[in-house]
Parts: sequence; C-alpha cells; structure tokens
Amino acid sequence: MTYHLTTRAMLLASALALAPAAWAETPADTLVVAHTIDDIISLDPAQSFEFAGNDVNNNTYDRLVDFDPLDPDAGFQPSLATEWAVSEDGLSITFTLREDATFHSGNPVRAADAAWSLQRAVKLDKTPAFILTQFGFTADNVDQMITADGNTLTLTMDKPYAPSFVLNCLTANIASVVDMETVMANEVDGDLGNGWLNTNEAGSGAYVLSAWRPNEAVQLTSYEEYWQGAPEMKRVIVRNVAESSAQRLLLEQGDIDVARNLTPTDVESIAAVDGVTILDEPRGRILYMGLNQKDELLSNPAVIEAMKHLVDYEGITGSFLKGQFVTHQTFLPLGYLGVLEEQPWTYDVEKARQILTDAGIEGGTITTRVRDLREYVDVAQTLQASMAQVGLTLEIEQMTGAQVLDAYRAREVPIFLGEWGPDYSDPNTNAATFAFNPDNSDEAAAVGLLAWRNAYEVPAEMNEATVAATLEQDADARAAMYQDIQRQYQAEAPIVPLFQRIEQVGMRDGVQNWWSGGAISSVMYRQVTKGE
Amino acid sequence: MALTDPTGAATQPSRRRALTRRRVRSVAGTVLSLALTLLGLLLVTFIIGRVMPIDPVLKVVGDRATQAQYDAAYIAMGLDQPLIMQFLSYVGDVLRGDFGRSISTGQPVAQDIARVFPATFELAALGTFIGVVIGVPLGVIAAARRGGIIDQVARVVALVGYSMPIFWLGLMGLLIFYGMLGWVGGPGRQGILYDGMVPTVTGMVLVDSLIAGDWGAFRDAFSHIILPASLLGYYSLAYISRMTRSFMLEQLSAEYVTTARVKGLSERAVIWGHAFRNIAIPLVTVIALSFGSLLEGSVLTEIIFSWPGLGSYITRGLLSGDMNAVLGGTVVVGVCFVLLNLFSDILYRFLDPRST
Amino acid sequence: MSAVSRPPESRRDWLLSDAPQTRRQARLGAIYQGWLTFRANKLAMVGLIVLVLLIGMAILAPWISPQSPYAQNLADRLQPPSAAHWLGTDALGRDILSRLIHGSRITLFIVGTVALIAPIIGLLIGTVAGFAGGWVDQVLMRVTDIFLAFPKLILALAFVAALGPSIGNAVLALALTAWPPYARLARAETLTIRNADFIAAARLQGAGRFRLLIRHIWPLCLSSLIVRVALDMAGIILSAAGLGFLGLGAQPPLPEWGAMISDGRGYILDFWWVAAMPGIAIFLVSMAFNLLGDGLRDVLDPKGDKS
Repeated sequence: MTYHLTTRAMLLASALALAPAAWAETPADTLVVAHTIDDIISLDPAQSFEFAGNDVNNNTYDRLVDFDPLDPDAGFQPSLATEWAVSEDGLSITFTLREDATFHSGNPVRAADAAWSLQRAVKLDKTPAFILTQFGFTADNVDQMITADGNTLTLTMDKPYAPSFVLNCLTANIASVVDMETVMANEVDGDLGNGWLNTNEAGSGAYVLSAWRPNEAVQLTSYEEYWQGAPEMKRVIVRNVAESSAQRLLLEQGDIDVARNLTPTDVESIAAVDGVTILDEPRGRILYMGLNQKDELLSNPAVIEAMKHLVDYEGITGSFLKGQFVTHQTFLPLGYLGVLEEQPWTYDVEKARQILTDAGIEGGTITTRVRDLREYVDVAQTLQASMAQVGLTLEIEQMTGAQVLDAYRAREVPIFLGEWGPDYSDPNTNAATFAFNPDNSDEAAAVGLLAWRNAYEVPAEMNEATVAATLEQDADARAAMYQDIQRQYQAEAPIVPLFQRIEQVGMRDGVQNWWSGGAISSVMYRQVTKGE
Repeated sequence: MALTDPTGAATQPSRRRALTRRRVRSVAGTVLSLALTLLGLLLVTFIIGRVMPIDPVLKVVGDRATQAQYDAAYIAMGLDQPLIMQFLSYVGDVLRGDFGRSISTGQPVAQDIARVFPATFELAALGTFIGVVIGVPLGVIAAARRGGIIDQVARVVALVGYSMPIFWLGLMGLLIFYGMLGWVGGPGRQGILYDGMVPTVTGMVLVDSLIAGDWGAFRDAFSHIILPASLLGYYSLAYISRMTRSFMLEQLSAEYVTTARVKGLSERAVIWGHAFRNIAIPLVTVIALSFGSLLEGSVLTEIIFSWPGLGSYITRGLLSGDMNAVLGGTVVVGVCFVLLNLFSDILYRFLDPRST
Repeated sequence: MSAVSRPPESRRDWLLSDAPQTRRQARLGAIYQGWLTFRANKLAMVGLIVLVLLIGMAILAPWISPQSPYAQNLADRLQPPSAAHWLGTDALGRDILSRLIHGSRITLFIVGTVALIAPIIGLLIGTVAGFAGGWVDQVLMRVTDIFLAFPKLILALAFVAALGPSIGNAVLALALTAWPPYARLARAETLTIRNADFIAAARLQGAGRFRLLIRHIWPLCLSSLIVRVALDMAGIILSAAGLGFLGLGAQPPLPEWGAMISDGRGYILDFWWVAAMPGIAIFLVSMAFNLLGDGLRDVLDPKGDKS
C-alpha cells in the first residue's frame, strides 16, 4: 500500500536529517556575526543613515580621516589623508592624500575622487547631508568651496570652525570617498549614481561587498590590495538574526563567532558557557525622556522636576536593562569631549510627591505613544507604575517605530521614550539637537531638532553658547563650554537623558580585537583575528 | 475515471460537445469574476495603504531629515498626485509587470518577491505534504473503524490542532527541539555557513541543494525546515483528516458500498478501491484550499522561525508603510487564491459527474 | 414514554411530553431534548464546565486573584512557580497567575464581541444578497470574495495599524475579517428558504420584503450561524492572541494572554514559564470552545458531521 511506503520514506528522511548534527566550528578565516540588520535601506554613503548600513560602509569605504580600531581613544587619525593644515584665518583646511591607495575597481584614489565625493553628498542633499552643509556648503557653491589640486584637497568654510569639529565630521559615513569613475559609469538620469550605489559599493576599504540580501545577510570579502594590508578575516558574514534567544543558541552551538543583540538575561546565561566571552562596549546612544511642552501638565516646571525623580534608575539598570544601559543623565555620551559626569537625580517617589504637592498639582492623565520595542515598553511600564504612586496616570499606546517617529516629528508625543544616537564624533552632534532651537514655532518645522520636537523653547543664551562652542579653537576651552551648557540643561530642560547604551557583544573565545565602533563610530572588521 | 457515470456512457457526441462548450463558458465567467475579485483586492489594499497612519516618506528619508528633504522625497514618490491617479498608474505599472520599488529594502518589489515567495512556497508545500501523508490515511481509517481507537486519536489530534496557538507551539518547539535537544536547525532557512553557498535556481533551498548535488546543504536546509513545516503540517493534518473522515463516512453509508460488501469484496477493496476513489475530487479540493491557506496564513510561523518568506515580508512592509511591498505581496497571495479556486472549480466542472 | 399525563407530573415528564399542550411547552421541550443530547456528550460537558469556570473567574477576578495584576516588583522578577507565586512572575516581577485571571476578562470580551458582531454583519449581507438577487447579490458577493481572498491576519493587521492599536480596534479588525464566511452561509440558507411555500404564503398575506427578511428569513438562518460561531470561537481566540502577540491588541500593562506570550518570548530559554503559562491558558480555553462547539453542532445541526 502506497501510504505505508511513503511514511517509511519520510521517517527515513527525517532520521537522516535528525541524526545528531555535528555542528562544525566556523572556518578559521571567516568571521560570522549575528546582528539585526533589517534597517538597511541604502548603502550609498551619501544617503545611508542607519546603524547597520553604516556598519557596512565603514568597512567598504575609507575616509580622509578615520579612527584606529585598535586605539579609538586617540581620536581621528590620518587615513586617506596623510596630513592636513589649517589656514591662518581658520577658514580653510588643506589635506594631502596618500598615493598608494586604490579602489576595489583598481582605479587609484585621487584627491579629485575625494573632492567629488563630498560635492556629490552635498548636491544629492539626502538626510545626512547636514553633517557637511553645516560648514556653509550648498549645491551651488560646493564646487568652489571644495577643490582638488594634484594630491591635495582644500575645504573652505563660511566660518572659522573648530578644526576638531570639522575633522570629527569627516569621520562620518557621509564623508566616505567613492570611486568617481565607477559610480558615474552607472549614473541614471543625473542621479549621480545614487540608484546604483544604493545596492552596490565603490570604495577603497578593507572589504568588498560581495552580497546583500535585505533582511537576511550581508557578505564581505577581503580586499587583497588594501593599502594597510589585506585583513586577516577573508570573509565576513553578517546574518540578520532578530531574536536574542536565537543569537544565543547559535553562539552556544558555535555556529557564529559574534552575537551583537543579546538581552540581559541571555547575556547572564551565556556568560557561564565555556568558550564564550562577553565584551562590554559603551555606545553613543542615549535613552532619554522627552516631555512635550505643548502638554499643559508637562510644561509645568514642578512636573518636569518631579518626573526626573520618578524614574527608577537603579531598579531599571539592575533588572531588565542590566548590562545594556548605564544611568547617564546628560545629553553627551561618555567618550565625547566635554561630557559631564554628574548625576543629580535619584529615584525618589516621596520627593516627587512633595514637589507636586508644593506646586498644588493634584494629578492628571497623559496618553503617550511608545515604540514597540521590549526595552522602551518596559521602561514605560515602570514609569507608569511610579507615576501612578503620585497620582499621575500614564496611558501607553504601543506603535511601530515609524508611527511613533511620525507623531514625534509632528510634536504629538507627550512623553517620548527612546534613543538618540550621535551622527558624528563631535559634541556638537548632540548639543545642536538637544540644546539648540532658535525658533520654537510650529511654522519653523525644525523637525530634525529634538528640542523642537518637544516644543522646548531653548533660552537664547543656551542657543548662543551652543553655536559659540563650535567656533572655539582651543579644545580645553571648548570642553568647558559644553560642560556649562550641560549643567544648565540638567537644571531646566524638559528633555531628560536617562541612560547610555552599552553594547554587550557575545564572542567565541579566540575572537580578538573586536570593536563595535564605541560611542563615536561604527563596527570595523579589518583588525579582527581569530586565534585558537 | 472510475466514477460511475450513468449519463456519460449514453451521451451523444454532439451533446457532449455542447456540454463542454457550456462548461468552458461557465469557467470563462468564473475567470472574469475572479479577475474582478483581484482588482477589488488591489483597490482595498491600496486604500488601506493610504489611510494608514504610517508615513512612507519618513521611512525613506529617516529621522533627521529636514522639511525640504522630506518634501522633495514626497514629490519624488508621487504622493502629491490625486489618489485615483496614483491607483491608476499603479495598476498600469502592475499590468506591465512593474511592482515598483520597496522602500524598506531599496530593491524592486518583483525581485524581493522572487526571493521570498519560494521560501514560503517550500514551507507550505512540505507542510501540506505532511498533512496529506498523515491526515488522509488517518481520516480514512477513522471513518472505516468509526468509534475505534484510531478514530478517537484522530479526533483528539484534530481538536488539539484547532485549539493550539501556533506561535506558542512554535516557540515551545524551538525551545525543546533546537534549544534543549539540538535535533533540528535553529531559526532561519539555512545554517550560516551554507548561506548563499548553493546557486539559486528555483529559490527553494531544498530543491536547489539537490540540483547542486550538495548533500550537506540539503541536510542543513532540511534540519531547518522540518520543525516549522511539521507545525504547519499539523494544522493541515487536523483539517484534512477531519474532512477525509466525513467524506468517507458519507461514501461508506452509500448503497453501492453495501452492494459491494454483499458481493463479497474484501473490506480493504471496498474502502480503498471504491469509497476512497470517489472522494478523490473533493479531497483534492480540500488539500488545495489547505495549501492556499498555508501560503497566506503562515505569518506568525514565519516570524517565530525567522523565515524570510512572503508573510513576514508583507507584515514588515505593512508596519513600515512600505506600500509597494504590501501591494505586491497581496497581489501574489490573491493570485494564488484565485488560481486555487479556479483549479478546484475546473476540477469539479470537468471531472465530477454530479456537476452536469 | 407514555403520552398519557398522570398528575402529579414531574417537570421532566412535562418537558419530554410527546403531546405538548402549549406552544411554550413544545419549545421548552425541544430545548430540553437538546440539552439531554448535549449532556450525553461528555467532552462537550467538559468544555462547558471549563467555560463556566472561566466566566466565573472573569467576574470574580478582583477577589480571587492573589495580587494586583499590575503590581511590579523588580527585585522579584522572573521567579519560578512557587508557593508565593503559583505560576511564577514575569520580567517586571508581576504575578503571572493574577495576570492570567484578569486577562480572562479581556479574552472573554474580545471573543464575545467578535462573536456578536461578525455573524450579524454576515447575516445582514448574506440574507440581503440572497433575498434581493440580481446585481445587489453580484456586488455583495464580489465584496465578500475580495475579503475572503485577503490573507486574514494581514487584513486584521492592516486594520489595526490603520486605526491604532487597542482592544476595541482589535475586536473591530477581527470582526471585519471574520464575517465573509457567515455571509456566504446566510446567503446559501436564504436561497433555499426564499422559494419555500410559507414565504410565498406570507407574501400573499401582504408582508413587505423587509418584514419577510426580519420575521421569516433571519430566524431560520440563525441556528446554522450559531453552530458556525460556536465552532469559530476558538479561531477567534487564537487570532486575537496572534494580534496581541504582534503588539497590536491590548496595550500594556493590560494582561492580554497573547501579549503575555510575546513578553515572555525573550526569556524563553531560561524562564520558560513566562511564555508557557499564558499559552496553556489560551490552549485550554480554545479547546473548551471547540468541545462546546462540537456538542452544540450535534444538538442544533443534526445533519452535520456527527462524531
């Protein structure tokens, strides 16, 4: 009878497949990473602005200046540019380029390519373009402001900005140097090759992009002609694994070398597993609470003050955010010039109640929207519980990231709970969005500024101080200026920084020199080795 | 056909042709109404996409965009056109085979679907296979030995299948068979090392690895698909076995069965030779529909098992305002639904004597 | 049973009388007959008992749950089942048993409302289509087909995403995706009834179309719809839990069972009970509905698949 046969065949097939699988280790020259990479929508350095996209570009492209992954604290270092000089008036910087670097196409890297790459980013005017245009470049003037001559490139700016500020911005992804000839060969309808670069790569970095399947995987292969020498890992595979538990199992089984999205409970269990180590690396992202000043209740200074005492900082970082966040109550992340280390607020329901009673506030209800990420929803729920103790009712609506962002940019989120990641490695990146809002009117539509999104009318002197700090040439004086701004911010601002992100990377023993990019940059693979 | 068809033997050739013509015409009518259904489906999806409070522009330009950058993208995406114009130009593009570009993957939707659909198809096909191979015999035996042990077991199996939250069962299955026992592969279609190592021909990893003759890759892919496929198979088994049983009961109480028994045919011959043959057509329909529901209904399974298939593609698109992806995905699901309906319709009209 | 009634007649005899004297007696008798058939089905009785317990639990939730379902205790999180917490605690240190008990209210609310709305929409559309015929029928059935062709969960997802996530909208979305089969069923029933003699008779007596629909057609469609609803209940629970699992149903901190599974998903490797307990609850309740539905079908729809 046919059905008996089929059953037997099936059982046989299952038995074969289910036989104890001998999980092989990953090959010695291949690095396998599990990460959530479903946010990549473009790989064009002039457009890409998501974490995972920058992770790819940081390895496929070089910039004029870059961080040394083995010594990131040293700050920006010569990369495609070997040296630079600032003019007397501080308005221009001239870079000298190295002559031994080549693109993956085999074309030499010339100053003309570098100048064109920056001009292209300004002309395309995609979202990250502000990192360059803040120096006074526009589509009309950029051809005169950024020029190449032989092996030198000159940037001319509208104001004498602090050189550290300019150079930090040049470490950003948007300042990647692309291969002009290859890109222009793929130009369609005057798009400067944007359509082609969205899914392809034309860089000079240590790795060549060999495949990208959206929501599934990115594969990189080493570039043997790399000017700093070919990297040790010949192949890097980054696989999209959304679930922490799945990443953990894969790491335990030895199917992957590195797991980048482990939850605290999974970190705790896997730390005990033989052959696995956990690396803690502070990242630049700040989890903050934005209190919208359009809300009558939340614009009351007493409520703002009370809210700062209603967050269970220790309880949260000791439980569900354990190891992934540390309490951090200022808008500059650790690792940035001028960061303030003071932590003025503690969890104190009694104090909050007292503040509210003194101000004559009986209670109230706030309905807010929270992105449907476990961490944010859990933070929101603990806040909900402690607010309830002082008579404030918090109603939570879970939504997708896109929906919350949409409402946030329309200034319609009463209490925003979420993260902000710096765009480049200079303190201005956060100061210019947390503590700068020259026009608080709806018409200003300064949708990119966190202060505007929360309808926070930044005092005039703070606006001015933020601008002044970008022009201060002396680094120590600059640091002091940022500290002053942060102190004033802590005293009055309705945007309350709560925690800083720590990336807990799970690694198989033997993986060495891993660097996720710290607070200032993105991941780098070329220095990674796998010993025995 | 082994069906007893008293009219068929006696029909004149001309009457037969007229009959065929009538059938063809009615099938044409069905095709037309199915095409209308498909168009309606598109319209509904389109409207949902437009009333959705998710801003697709924001997904494209990102968090830090200025108003001017936002406006430029808004116009570039054609969102400033009147709704009806947007819809018409979309339908026009689809008819020319252009589904547009997905904003969450940055790639053409047609290309995305060519990648995700085989994953879903493979999973649904294996699930249905499991459902049929176990469900049909189970249903037949349950009907033949009504009230017996097998019947009771079949009943419980079906009831449990109807009552179990699939995402929960999937989670527990992963925990036990992958996490604790290590018998099967984890989430995803392939182990990372086999990822992209087999050349894509059909897009179905099991088939492709066989074509490439890569036994290791096949084993790996099988160990990944077996758990989610068994899960889907269980659901389809519950349904198929119930339907088989009730079809069989109907046949077994028919007169011809009694006659056959009286004539002294063995029970096995009565059940498999007569009754089972007669339920073949409705059974194929049931199987086709159950396959169709697995094609469209495996969203949660795909999410639990990180299966890069059509269901998770549409869901992801939906939640990020990626309407081209959602529309394209829905069209594919709709076409499958329509084709399966057409298939069972034709089966009935041309092969089932009762429908004349 | 003897048809002769001998006083004093027991209530049972009165109900089971072969020759009922009043219409009321006949109707009650029929219901009692049904109940006897139903009671004979042991599994269906189990289902009924579970559901009665569930309803009792939902009503008494504030009194029988050991703790508040919202009381957090971060120091006591992810505790395994113990004497203090029978089913353990979740990631925020909340008592899972208390959350399950309170969650039964949400489950019952969702199932109850969907099971009320969907068949009514279906009944309206199906009977109107079947009764009116012609182009009305064509249009309505085409619309029904469109909704049938849509992947159900995705349609519900789209609705909730469009309307904003909340229990109310989840109910609406589930109802909007659940009605087409009822419409088909109601239409089929209407078509068989439409040309019956008693309809013609009523029409001759001058009954308007509307009156015919409401007084004569609807009541006759009801029993098959009820059977179908009873069998669909479990499916509704599972879909609702699926929406909750995707974060589109009840919002935190509401203890919706599907959302609780989703909460526990991240902890499943080390703290299995957080996700397992609500899953078991969903399973038990939908199983109970399935058993009940089976029993009801035997009573109300004797032509159906009796097992």
